[in-house]
Amino acid sequence: MSVDISQFHQVYFEESFEGLAAMESGLLGLSIGEPDSETINTIFRAAHSIKGGAGTFGFKTVTDFTHIMETLLDEMRSGQRMVTSDAVDLLLLSADQLGRLLVATRDKHDYDQDEFSTALHNLQTMLAGAPPEPEVAEVVDAPAQTATGWRVKFAPQPHLFMTGNDPARLLRELAALGPCMVTCDSSKVPAFGEFEAETCYLAWQIELNAAVPESAVQEVFEWVDNDAEIVINPILPAVPEVKAEKASVASADEKPSAARTEAPAIAEGASDANGAQAGSDDRRQTDRRQTERRSVERREPAGTGAAAATSIRVDVEKVDGLINFIGQLVITQSMLMAMSENFSLDDVEKLREGLAQLERNTRDLQENIMSIRMMPISFSFNRFPRLVRDLSSKLGKEVQLRLLGENTELDKTVMEKIGDPLVHLVRNALDHGLETPDVRVASGKPASGTLTLNAYHEGGNIVIEISDDGAGLNRQRILDKAREKGICGPTENPTDAQIYDYIFAAGFSTAAVVSDVSGRGVGMDVVRRNIKDLGGTVAVHSQPGVGAVFRIRLPLTLAILDGQLVRVGASVYIVPLIAIIESLQIDPNAVESISNQSEIYRLREEYLPVIRLREMLGSTQAPARLEDGLLVVVEVDGRKFALLVDELLGQQQVVVKSLQTNFRRVAGVSGATILGDGAVAMILDVGGIVRLCRERAADLPLLPPTARVA
Amino acid sequence: MSAQMVTSGLGSSAVLGEQFLTFILNDEEYGIDILRVQEIKGWEPATIIPNTPAYVLGVINLRGAIMPVIDLRLRFGFEAAEYSATTVVIVLRIKNPEGLERTMGFVVDGVSDVYNIPAGQLQPPPEFGGSIRTDYVKGLAMVEEKMVILLDADHLVATDMELGEPPEAEASTESALAE
Repeated sequence: MSVDISQFHQVYFEESFEGLAAMESGLLGLSIGEPDSETINTIFRAAHSIKGGAGTFGFKTVTDFTHIMETLLDEMRSGQRMVTSDAVDLLLLSADQLGRLLVATRDKHDYDQDEFSTALHNLQTMLAGAPPEPEVAEVVDAPAQTATGWRVKFAPQPHLFMTGNDPARLLRELAALGPCMVTCDSSKVPAFGEFEAETCYLAWQIELNAAVPESAVQEVFEWVDNDAEIVINPILPAVPEVKAEKASVASADEKPSAARTEAPAIAEGASDANGAQAGSDDRRQTDRRQTERRSVERREPAGTGAAAATSIRVDVEKVDGLINFIGQLVITQSMLMAMSENFSLDDVEKLREGLAQLERNTRDLQENIMSIRMMPISFSFNRFPRLVRDLSSKLGKEVQLRLLGENTELDKTVMEKIGDPLVHLVRNALDHGLETPDVRVASGKPASGTLTLNAYHEGGNIVIEISDDGAGLNRQRILDKAREKGICGPTENPTDAQIYDYIFAAGFSTAAVVSDVSGRGVGMDVVRRNIKDLGGTVAVHSQPGVGAVFRIRLPLTLAILDGQLVRVGASVYIVPLIAIIESLQIDPNAVESISNQSEIYRLREEYLPVIRLREMLGSTQAPARLEDGLLVVVEVDGRKFALLVDELLGQQQVVVKSLQTNFRRVAGVSGATILGDGAVAMILDVGGIVRLCRERAADLPLLPPTARVA
Repeated sequence: MSAQMVTSGLGSSAVLGEQFLTFILNDEEYGIDILRVQEIKGWEPATIIPNTPAYVLGVINLRGAIMPVIDLRLRFGFEAAEYSATTVVIVLRIKNPEGLERTMGFVVDGVSDVYNIPAGQLQPPPEFGGSIRTDYVKGLAMVEEKMVILLDADHLVATDMELGEPPEAEASTESALAE
């Protein structure tokens, strides 16, 4: 019977990414010097189950790589190895590499070999006790003085004597290089009756305590290369207790049985030692591991951001709640059913009650279903401890990260899309907002800055705040820059809020030096656009010397939106309320037209391009006279437009349904919904309509580009 | 995308059902694989989708789902007809190669019959001369001395699904073919 285990792959990868996240947060929480054993255990178990699963599915690279990490962690766990910050850094990098490896395995594409071998090599070096080399260092240049001697395993094949070689001669030659400690392994010698004089049963372990080049050792065994298993490992001063036994695991692609002829790097030799160490550890741990198998804690999965999850993990409580509601719905339904069998007019009141109950049940059910898509924002916040740690050390700043309101729930889709803008804002706060320790001390603040991420619900929205106690936004510099870029006229005198708003303009950066962290001025506009796309807003509050707060306000879900119903021609359309600034009656005197092609409406010193929705939406009815309609002022990408509609109907919450499910994407329409009377209404995509309008304007002949405005 | 989806054509007809639902369109009888038919419903006005070709009548609320409705007469370049009491919408449910199910309604003049047509009796469509584009046609069959044009439901739905399909160009090729 064969079972297709590939069906479990997805689950494995999901679990592994959870494990990785657990590992990462564990590593970040690890205090250097006096580690908490429970934390190390958690990290170890995560590594272990990733390895176990990989072994089951035959992902050999993953198994091998994780194995080394695990060995390192095991040494830490048993106290053999100090938890140094170098080790934690290395493990974090290795966890990243493991993540990449897993992604590559999942998507069945190739991983970066160089990157992988560097990571593997660093791990092995760490395991062998030597400090990890810089990533770019050529291994050939590795200093040779680390090896104080050589540990040689010499296990001849049984036919060694027939080739005319004498082990005793080899040992003598080796002894000529320096003092030797020779151990003979005679375990294979059979009982006297089966003994053959011409067969070699012995094997030797030699410790050569002399700092000779590896080639010298190899030379000794040059003639018995093919007739014996020879493993040469360096003796490194830092790890006195390394036992060289079998080299197999780590150096899978090397040939330990043959002495290498070309002089390889010390470090490579070291990798053999690691393999050996790993091998022996493996056996030592077998029983312990068996008891631990599957005992990995079901940690809350962390949205790894990179991988767009296609499945979500739902709290059992929520599912139980759903079943409960369905149960009530069934009861109500059967009650109504029973009533219909013998219905008389006297029962009308009961029927009304029943229907009210049905409505209640349905609403409860709807709310519950919605809550299934809701996930705590910690999924998104989880990546920040790492990010802040890496960045602050890179920037030479001391930063404390505070996460608040991690259990605030929001829709999964919203969460996936808000991740990148959040990262951007956090990077900005670290780079531009917080000062270096000396500057901070000089201005009377504690050396270590505080970055706070806070999330909470407010009305039907979720608010995410990113605040720092840094220098705040430099009002004057932003204003200067805005004038320089022509975003703001030289005589204009904008308010603080307007000035701070300039940082969201495209290509705007006040950073004096462009770093690889931030400062290129791409980004803040993207941040704002992403947030807008989600139907949210972002605002900045800043106080010089005290800090800055970025406040993002997002709808809890994309599945429901507040809409303004408008009539255009004979159809009803829905304009998302979030896009609407105001609606107004038309003052005919305020309408100006440009070359008879487009109209501009003057509203309080602002000129708004008028978009006639009837034309844009292809209504068959004759174009409406401006005076008969109403204008709905909307904002797209920071610019205002006036949509001409025939009538404003009402406002209501609508459930967004996709047109793409059964049809295709339609320009200017973001979706559809079903109104109370069962009719379908289109939800307008205001940005899309403006784009459509521009495209059409571009088709108009002989219109100078400046007049197109749009 | 349609190129792959369309390849089925005659070759796969043997494995598909042999029963065909036929309907009348412009006094001709067309057939469609009955297994693709989800239901037949009366005509009801649809909500217009802006900026779509005229043959896309709009979308209707099919028990909570938003379903597009296509006028097959207009789709094939026939003259538009008044919608009457016999005008029906045939709802087709198609699974595309990515495994996504789509539901789409097609307005026809009226439903006719259900025929058993063994795969052997299927004639390949004429290369030219027909009134509709031949790539929508799975084959021709003679039933009771009448000719029934069997349509490729998958292709029909797939082409209407195409993103950014230029409506003008589409219409002109069709009228060119119709001549």
